[in-house]
Amino acid sequence: MGIENILEAREINKYFREPVLFHVLKDISFSIKNGEFVSIMGKSGCGKSTLLYILSTMDTDYEGELFLNGEKITGKHHEELAKIRNQNIGFVFQFHYLLSEFTVLENVMLPAKKLGSKSLQEIEHDAMEKLKLLHIDDQAKKLASRISGGQKQRVAIARALINDPAIIMGDEPTGNLDSHNSENVMDIFKALAQERNLSLLIVTHDTDFAKKTDRIIEMGDGRILSS
Amino acid sequence: MINWRVILSISKTHLFSRIKQTAIAALGVTFGIGTFIILVSFMTGLNGLLDGLILDRTPHVHIYNEIKPSEKQPVDLYEKIKNSFTKVRSIKPKLTQRKIHNALPLMDQLNNNPKVKGAIPQLQAQIFYISGSIELGGNLVGIDVLEEVRLFNFGQYVVKGSSEALDNLDNGILIGAGVAKKMSLDVGNTVQISTVGGDLFPLKIVGIYQSGLAELDNVQSFANLKTAQRILGEPRNYFTDINVKLHDIEDAVPMANKIERQFDLTAVDIKTANAQFETGTSIRNLITYAVSITLLIVAGFGIYNILNMLIYEKMNDIAILKATGFSGRDVKYIFISQAILIGLVGGILGLLIGYGISVVIDNLPFETEALPTIKTFQVNYNPGYYVIGITFAMASTFLAGYLPARKAQKIDPVEIIRGQ
Repeated sequence: MGIENILEAREINKYFREPVLFHVLKDISFSIKNGEFVSIMGKSGCGKSTLLYILSTMDTDYEGELFLNGEKITGKHHEELAKIRNQNIGFVFQFHYLLSEFTVLENVMLPAKKLGSKSLQEIEHDAMEKLKLLHIDDQAKKLASRISGGQKQRVAIARALINDPAIIMGDEPTGNLDSHNSENVMDIFKALAQERNLSLLIVTHDTDFAKKTDRIIEMGDGRILSS
Repeated sequence: MINWRVILSISKTHLFSRIKQTAIAALGVTFGIGTFIILVSFMTGLNGLLDGLILDRTPHVHIYNEIKPSEKQPVDLYEKIKNSFTKVRSIKPKLTQRKIHNALPLMDQLNNNPKVKGAIPQLQAQIFYISGSIELGGNLVGIDVLEEVRLFNFGQYVVKGSSEALDNLDNGILIGAGVAKKMSLDVGNTVQISTVGGDLFPLKIVGIYQSGLAELDNVQSFANLKTAQRILGEPRNYFTDINVKLHDIEDAVPMANKIERQFDLTAVDIKTANAQFETGTSIRNLITYAVSITLLIVAGFGIYNILNMLIYEKMNDIAILKATGFSGRDVKYIFISQAILIGLVGGILGLLIGYGISVVIDNLPFETEALPTIKTFQVNYNPGYYVIGITFAMASTFLAGYLPARKAQKIDPVEIIRGQ
């Protein structure tokens, strides 16, 4: 791979304007290498989730520059950003965020259907592969609202993987899971980083979880304290 | 680039997973469209019925020789007092014959006009029906029966006997239902009539005529044109009226004006004669459309409401869709397509129900003294109304869906995800 840095942030500043002007993120600069497993730690309110939403391209109201795969994505149109998210970024949230009226399989297939670069059969085959990878292929035909929390989180990971993104971002993906399931998710991430050379950026509170990652970025008061 | 298959499959899932609410929204449209179709079909059917009652048998242009004073009195022609003020007292109508002068060439000319469907002569005469010592005043109209049947649906109003017999029989008469009742006459009987001059004629009743307008049925009778001319002792070119039917009713006014100027006759067009009738028709149409549009707007608000609620419930889904790469436009189309699907299904169902009930109404018995030929309610199955109905359904549901869908488009996923 020619590009070493999969994600690069330069001088990111972010303000909340309501209820009063508040400087949330102050001069954040860092980068993530290809295949790196990075965690962001920090106390509640230090701005780590806010940073993640900016990095994920969903929040466009910031100052500074953001590069994904060496391409500048700051200032692009919403429609283009949606496409970039679809193709390059996989998401795992704290809460499971599956579409409850769809089956597990459909949930996983949806981003690939949106991308539309493969036939329906291929997408279905890929989705089953991802579910197998996460050992929940037996739940594929169930409605997303009918499976347990740990299973939901694994489905969410499968969904994040479906378009073979460049980077997976997680906002406390284990925050809502018990230690057993939490460990399970950690193992999955670890395996993905090692076997598939996938970059991961995970926001977490969990020190045990963070210790197992390649690099910890510690944040406090809107700044990077150490990385 | 919009992937419609994905968008439609998502909106389909949304619709089917909340089938009750979807059904209620669709039923709102069904109700609106169905009522529109029923109302408009029934109302225009009724209009058609009434039009048929009055307009079908009314000539588009009625030409006759009116008894009236001369427009130009002799004094107007006197050159020497041209610029003075003149006053003529006690003006009398001009002495003229009732017949239309030079009627045969006039009729030839009219019948050769491509705009004219047919021009037929009539001979109207005052007569008395004699029953013992009682004389009942009445009208005898000499007609060209076959042409009357062709142009003015004359046959429809012959409730007993037949109109053809009048054409065959030299001394036949079609007697008004009111007259027949008063004098206890029936088909096959003979009635004595006397002219104003006092000549008596026995005529054989070949049929009974009922127009539905009592004042007409109480006095009017019909005879063959030749018979009427003979009774009055007039020659074969003696007509008092010419009735013209046109291909296009809109030509009636200019045609009447032209005939008046050209032949110095009185020509009344159907619009002048039945102005109040047109007003009635247009007001009924107005009411129909006002009621239907109100119903459809109510249905539209129902859809707006349901989609609005749906979007609040689906905030999480919208955030997920946006986070996983669906653009705001995709999300907007997901909700608009739901509204359109509701409109399409509800609208088509409404058309079917509207058609079904129209058929039922069409077969309901409706018999009235005034309309002897009508046995059931009349319904107009004009496909144009069905097109209007489905178009309105689609348009109103699109509008009702557009506003909530735009709201969904603008939802910021970060706010939703952070809010958890």
